Amino acid sequence: MSWGSLNEFLDMGGYGLYVWGSYGMALLCVLIEVLFLKLKD
Amino acid sequence: MIFNYAAPQAFYPIAGRMIPWFGVAAAVLAVAGLYVAFLVAPTDATQGEAYRIIFIHVPAAWMSMFIYLVMAFWAAAGLVLNTRLSGMMASALAPTGAMFTFLALWTGSLWGKPTWGTWWAWDARMTSELILLFLYLGFIALKGAFADPQRADRAGAVLALLGAVNVPIIYFSVVWWNTLHQGASVSLTRAPSMAMTMLVGMLLMALAAWMYSIAVSLARLRRIIRAREGDAEWIRLSTGKRNPR
Repeated sequence: MSWGSLNEFLDMGGYGLYVWGSYGMALLCVLIEVLFLKLKD
Repeated sequence: MIFNYAAPQAFYPIAGRMIPWFGVAAAVLAVAGLYVAFLVAPTDATQGEAYRIIFIHVPAAWMSMFIYLVMAFWAAAGLVLNTRLSGMMASALAPTGAMFTFLALWTGSLWGKPTWGTWWAWDARMTSELILLFLYLGFIALKGAFADPQRADRAGAVLALLGAVNVPIIYFSVVWWNTLHQGASVSLTRAPSMAMTMLVGMLLMALAAWMYSIAVSLARLRRIIRAREGDAEWIRLSTGKRNPR
């Protein structure tokens, strides 16, 4: 897969909201879980 | 031999040494998986770029079911063998299982909207996955409702085992019922119905999710051991604190 530009990559062929909404939430969940465990450690 | 490590005081330092290794493995696999997912795998002919949600959705859904089975296994082991560590293992797994279940539902919803035109449908696959989320939350709430850890472990184990029936229902729902959700793309008995690079990306992400789950569950297990055995002599010696809660 080759992306022409960063904007094209972020746009995800018009599905940017859905694709990044999915990965963003996954990242958020992981960060919350890891931080929560670190804070209590 | 395995019973030597089944005591919390023996497992506590071992878990501590294993966490960084699983954490690093998870990070490396996730970077490799995301590289394949976004820079190697081709655009899907029918779904365009929206299909790239698969690389997070399927691993999350697999982990949501797998963690539940492991949790139910430890819960059952605790009931039968009456080992202290088993119930703690089950407790340590539940929040991560719930997190992956939520992610499977969330990413599925974001995938459903552009491809099916709806965020949600009450079809068998989605409904049974939602029930899985409630089972995890119910397990956590139930265990929290008991002051006595042993009673909490027993009550939790009964719920975990009853709920385990739901896992094969989720898995086979797309076969047994006519669902909006598509059938399995990957099966052990036939060739996968997707491009090789897509499969590799998905497997890398699934392995990353697996390593991550082990790392955070072990970290949570150590916290639970400290909380439950905080008054014991060995934990004071190993942490150097009088009351490490």
